[in-house]
Amino acid sequence: MAVVQKEVAKQATEVAPEQLLYANIINIGMISGMALLIVAFLLYVSGIVPPLIPPEQVPSLWGGKAKEFVEVSHVHGWTWLQYVGKGDYMNFIGIAILAGLSVLGYLVLLPALIRKKDIAYTLLVIAEIVVLLAAALGIVGGGAH
Amino acid sequence: MLGLIPVSVVALTQMASAAPEAMATAATAAGASPGTPWWIWPLLLFIVTFIIGILAVLGGVGGGVLFTPIVGGFFPFGMDFVRSAGLIVALSGALAAGPGLLKRNLASLRLAIPVALIASTFSIFGAMVGLKAPDYITKTCLGITILFIAMLFLVSKSSEFPKVPGADALAAALRINGIYHEASTGKTIEWTVWRTPLGFFLFIFIGFMAGMFGLGAGWANVPVLNLLMGAPLKISVATSKFLLSITDTSAAWVYLNSGACIPLIVVPSVIGIMLGSFVGVRVLAVTRPKAVRWIVIIMLFVAGVRPLLQGLGVWK
Repeated sequence: MAVVQKEVAKQATEVAPEQLLYANIINIGMISGMALLIVAFLLYVSGIVPPLIPPEQVPSLWGGKAKEFVEVSHVHGWTWLQYVGKGDYMNFIGIAILAGLSVLGYLVLLPALIRKKDIAYTLLVIAEIVVLLAAALGIVGGGAH
Repeated sequence: MLGLIPVSVVALTQMASAAPEAMATAATAAGASPGTPWWIWPLLLFIVTFIIGILAVLGGVGGGVLFTPIVGGFFPFGMDFVRSAGLIVALSGALAAGPGLLKRNLASLRLAIPVALIASTFSIFGAMVGLKAPDYITKTCLGITILFIAMLFLVSKSSEFPKVPGADALAAALRINGIYHEASTGKTIEWTVWRTPLGFFLFIFIGFMAGMFGLGAGWANVPVLNLLMGAPLKISVATSKFLLSITDTSAAWVYLNSGACIPLIVVPSVIGIMLGSFVGVRVLAVTRPKAVRWIVIIMLFVAGVRPLLQGLGVWK
C-alpha cells in the first residue's frame, strides 16, 4: 500500500517535460549571456575594443536623465545593434540575451499547452509573449524609433 | 580551514552592520573629488554590490530591494540608470535561480503564468512613469516605499502551510494547484490557492512599483502569494523568484530602449551581486538568521531614509 502511495506521489510530483525544457533553456541562456557580458565588459574597460563613448566621459553623463544621455550617444531602441562593434555597446549583446530569455521560454511552452488543449493557459502565454515582445521592440514604453 | 569560517562570519557580520555608513562614506568621499578616475566608481560599485549580494542571501531578500535605494542614494548616478541596473540585477538573480526551482517543481507555472502577465504588463507602465518623473519625485516615493518594506519585514509573519478551505472559482477554473515533495518532512504536500481575484488585483500595483522603482518585487510577491492566496511558503518563494524573471524583463526592456542602460553601472553590479550571492549561500550555513534579519532591516531603513531626504531636498 505504502509503495503504491509512494509511486502515486512520485508521478504527481514529476516535472512536466515542457517545464524541464523551459528550465534548461533559461539555464543555458543565462550562462551564455553572463559569459558574454563578462567578456565584453573586460574588452571594453581594458580598451582592447574602442568604445563609442570613452569611459572617462561617462561620469559626466551618468548623473542626469536617460534622455540627456541619449542626446550625446544617439543610441536608443535597437540602434545599439549598429554599434555592437564598439566596446560599450558590445555589452548589450549579453544584456539582450538575458532580457530575451523569458520570451524564448514562453515560446517553448506554447506547443505543449496547445497539444494539451489548455485554452486558458495558451491564451495567457500568447498574451505574455505579445506583452514581452511589445516591450522589447519598443512598441510600448518608447524606444521604437 | 574550517576554523576560519567563524572568524569570517564575525568579520562579515561586523562589516555588514557597518555597511550602510561605510558605503555612504566611501561613495561620498569618492564623489567629493571631481578628479576621481572613472574606474573608481565601477570598482566601488562592484564591492558594494558584492556585500549586498551576501546580505541579500543571508537576509532572505532579493538583491534589487537593497540595490536600488543604496546605489540610488549613495552613488552619483541618475535614477534612470540605477533603476535600469536594479531591474537587470534582479532579473539576472531570478534567471540564475529559476531553472533549479522549476526542475524541483517548487516554482509553479500554473500560479506564475497569470500573475506574471498582470505584473509584467503593469511594470511597463511603472517604467514609463519612472522615466518621465523627475528624480526628486522618484527618490521621495522610493524612500517611502523602502521604509514601508522595512516595516513590512519587521511586522510580517510567513506561514509555512497556510490553511486554504478550498480553491475559489477562478483558481479552480485555472487549475491553480500542485503537489510537491517536502524534503524536510518526507511528506508530499498538496496545495491550492484562494482569494485569487484579490491576489491578481494586487499584482497590478506590485508590477507597477517594480517597474517604476527598479526593485525586484519579491518583498511583495511572497506575502501576497503566501499570506493572502494561501500558497505554501516554499511554493510562494520559488514562484516569486521565477516571476521576477518575467516581471522585470518587460520593465528592463523599457529602460533599455530608452537608453537608460550604462554598462559601467550594470555589469559590475550584476557580477558583484552574483558573486556575493554565491558567497552568501556558503556563509548562510554558519550564521544566525535572526541577527542577519535585523541587519537587513536596519540597512533597509538607512537605505530608505537617504533617498527620501534627498528627494525632499534635506540631505543632498
